[in-house]
Amino acid sequence: MANAHAHAHAAVHHEPKRYTGLMDWLTTVDHKKIGILYLIAGGFFFLIGGLEAILIRTQLMYPDQKIFVGDTFNQLTTMHGTTMIFFAAMPLLFAFMNAVVPLQIGARDVAFPFVNALGFWLFFAGGVLMNTSWFLGGAPDAGWTAYAPLSSIIDPDGKFHGVDFYVLGLQIAGIGTLIGGINFLVTIINMRAPGMTFMRMPLFTWTVFVTSILITFAFPAITVALIELMFDRLFHGAFFEASRGGNNVLWEHLFWIFGHPEVYILIMPAFGIISEVVSTFSKKRLFGYSSMVFATVLIGFLSFMVWVHHMFTTGIGAVGNSIFAIATMAIAVPTGVKIFNWLFTLWGGNIRFTVANLFATAFIPTFVMGGVTGVMLAVPAADFQYHDTYFVVAHFHYVIVGGLILSVFAGLYYWWPKMFGRMLSEGLGKVHFWLFFIGFHLTFFPQHFLGLMGLPRRYFTYMPGFGLETGNFISTIGAFLQGLGMIVFLINIIVTARKQKDAGNDPWDGFTLEWTIPSPAPEYNFKQTPLVRGLDAFWKEKMAGNKEMTPAEPIGPIHMPSPSILPFVMSLGLFISGYGFIYHHYIVSGAGLVITIISMFLRSLFDDHGWHIEPEELEEHKGGKA
Amino acid sequence: MNRLKKCMRLIPLFAVMAFLLAGCGSDKLSALQPQGPVAREQLFLMKFSLSIMVLVTIVVFAIYVWVIVRYRQRKGQENKIPKQVEGSHVLEIIWTTIPIILLLVLAVPTVYYTFKHSADHRADKNAIHVKVTGHQFWWQFEYPDFNIATAQNLVVPANKTIALELASADVSHAFWVPSLAGKVDANPGPVNVLYFQADKIDMFQGRCAELCGASHALMNFTVQSMAEADFQKWVDKMKSPVTVPADAKPGEALFKENCMACHQVSAQGLGVGPNLNGFASRPYIAGVLDNQDAAKKDDNLHKWIADPQGQKPGTKMPAFGQNFGGNLTDDQINQIVKYLHSLN
Repeated sequence: MANAHAHAHAAVHHEPKRYTGLMDWLTTVDHKKIGILYLIAGGFFFLIGGLEAILIRTQLMYPDQKIFVGDTFNQLTTMHGTTMIFFAAMPLLFAFMNAVVPLQIGARDVAFPFVNALGFWLFFAGGVLMNTSWFLGGAPDAGWTAYAPLSSIIDPDGKFHGVDFYVLGLQIAGIGTLIGGINFLVTIINMRAPGMTFMRMPLFTWTVFVTSILITFAFPAITVALIELMFDRLFHGAFFEASRGGNNVLWEHLFWIFGHPEVYILIMPAFGIISEVVSTFSKKRLFGYSSMVFATVLIGFLSFMVWVHHMFTTGIGAVGNSIFAIATMAIAVPTGVKIFNWLFTLWGGNIRFTVANLFATAFIPTFVMGGVTGVMLAVPAADFQYHDTYFVVAHFHYVIVGGLILSVFAGLYYWWPKMFGRMLSEGLGKVHFWLFFIGFHLTFFPQHFLGLMGLPRRYFTYMPGFGLETGNFISTIGAFLQGLGMIVFLINIIVTARKQKDAGNDPWDGFTLEWTIPSPAPEYNFKQTPLVRGLDAFWKEKMAGNKEMTPAEPIGPIHMPSPSILPFVMSLGLFISGYGFIYHHYIVSGAGLVITIISMFLRSLFDDHGWHIEPEELEEHKGGKA
Repeated sequence: MNRLKKCMRLIPLFAVMAFLLAGCGSDKLSALQPQGPVAREQLFLMKFSLSIMVLVTIVVFAIYVWVIVRYRQRKGQENKIPKQVEGSHVLEIIWTTIPIILLLVLAVPTVYYTFKHSADHRADKNAIHVKVTGHQFWWQFEYPDFNIATAQNLVVPANKTIALELASADVSHAFWVPSLAGKVDANPGPVNVLYFQADKIDMFQGRCAELCGASHALMNFTVQSMAEADFQKWVDKMKSPVTVPADAKPGEALFKENCMACHQVSAQGLGVGPNLNGFASRPYIAGVLDNQDAAKKDDNLHKWIADPQGQKPGTKMPAFGQNFGGNLTDDQINQIVKYLHSLN
């Protein structure tokens, strides 16, 4: 009955409601546009986080400097860490997930386009909420890990609300990430093109699949932790207060039960990107595909059993520490499998050093160095020395910047033509690469030694005369070089945006389905759903002498989801509500929640059956129009 | 471009050399220059794990360099399609098994030393027992066996096991003396334990290693090791009644009036602020300003009393200088300085 009505509805309203300009971006449910939104927002926060890093390094360039001291410095490090992890790295990966995964699996959209838009707007609301704290009395200053009871101290004057911004900002953004993860899980399970079995999925899709599982299981832990911290801060709870029967170590456990899978949530898609780029640019299919898949799943599984290695000095005891030490070392094995598989994908290949591949090949040795220190850190007795020093700072920047960010750049240069229809400049790209790569190693390599020589992390100064001056100076110079590299990248984006669309369907001679359709992809992605006949579907067709995929269906009307402003309004409601909680104006909190709940009712009460693109229209759009 | 890449690979090498020349930091602060058995065993673990990992790294880097040099695209090969390889069971078994063996080798000393270095020496009769309490932003040291309490400068005999019990009075801190032993957290809840031993008579630098607020970076302390007999002398002096020279009497009166609410000057008094018994022999004022340089120490202490926030942001000590909102004139502060620097 409802179905029949839907058809009648669609037939009457042949012309769908379409918005242009700003309204188009606020209401879009198209995964490709949401991908671009994630990219812009994530890129923006990446620049803010980078600026904070430059300020931190400027303060530490020489001993005893007094540019940013005390709480100001703690605010910079806290916001740098939180912004980079939650508001830069995560959304940049979500940008790729949105821009690429549906295309790689031959789908026309994600499973829940509305939820997809909601996920983006919630993340964005959380990020903006937290960053406004800079102008509202001070940013959070208890570290991105927000260890209680430092994080549960309440300003007696009621002027400083830093950690409240942290709690509510992350809580709101976290809902967005969680529903995003669920959405991609369902998408990958349900929306694959005919013939694309699990073991025929491109590796990037596989890693996103595992990442989505990790998101689904890890984010509830931080949600619980944040709610407890919120109760401690807003309603005088005592979850983490020892003097009233609480336990501050509880926060550390909850945070890292989330926090460790979180770093694998970040690095998994990076592994996927590297796999795609390395294989494409050596013109070879991935070496050991099935062992790669197995390694990915195994790393994802193990990532839940190693969180205590962040807490070796907390006082867990030798038994607990040893168990988690061995579990941590075990992760090195599947990770090593991946490294060797990439090397042997390159082996015997015909390697083109495009900028994308420069970043991808630079990833391999850099990530190995981060992995090496990772195994060293897994030894608890030695970690008693490393823990909370610059050695750890060096380690996680090697895996997150040297691993994740290098692969994000590889992915950007690789998929930019598919997202925007234009090729990024290779010349500027090479300048970007060398500045960033050399700057990166200059910044973080000396930090290993600084840590071992007695410099704890999160220090705003250090005494002269203990051999810490040279390393800090080199490190700061490196940070400036990375900053220069980013400026070159921004110039590259501007130059590229100003030129004509110049990207063909398949500029890199790719292996996977996204390269079978125009660049940028039309809003319905595939005019006809492709029939997948093997792993590396497009490559297989090319080798068989075909120019395009065999369609799995005749040309017919394509069902499209309607745009909607509701995701934006729902997020706005929570955004307003967040300020209400921070300032203890619960009427405002209530009003914000009412806005969100009314939007949810509107969404539930009024059926929206979407609209159809008719075959005649498809012919008009042959060239592909975003 | 290839040549550039080669040159670039030398950069870390140069960095390593720069650090070797710098001598791995200071023997007062560096974990790379251990001055006691615990730190030495931890350095051994670092070197042992690093050696295993360097082995792996050399193999990986060798394959990597070979691959990107040998298999890069040359002119005229643009359309060449290389032989497609699906994988190799033999290779995959090799690079799964060898790392497992290497990790098993690493696991043995890992577990051994993890248990050894987590050992609880609180019941050890031959050890010196100290109860450590972290405060924002200073350290309190109590010696239950001798009934004395001090702060900021942990005095210990050399060549003896020092058994610590650690807790915090406010937020989490971490007690770290890199050249003697790795760190452990001082939590506001259940206590933790740590032990170490100093091989020689020296002064070692300690640092707080868990973010604890605005002056986390300034929560420094020192560990002073001395000969057994000197240690006994120090204990006796700490327990003997404080004698104040005549010219420091006015300062003592001012101190009692303004500072006693927080600071004790007695063998075992504890307060909101550090016990200042024996203050003149401590190496630093508040852990950060020089207290031994005869030319600077009086000025430093004056600066600290007048404007503690300026030296250590977030400290709980209020400003006493009139220029900083306090109630003491420069002369009065000088009197207090004279008094405190008479406390040997």
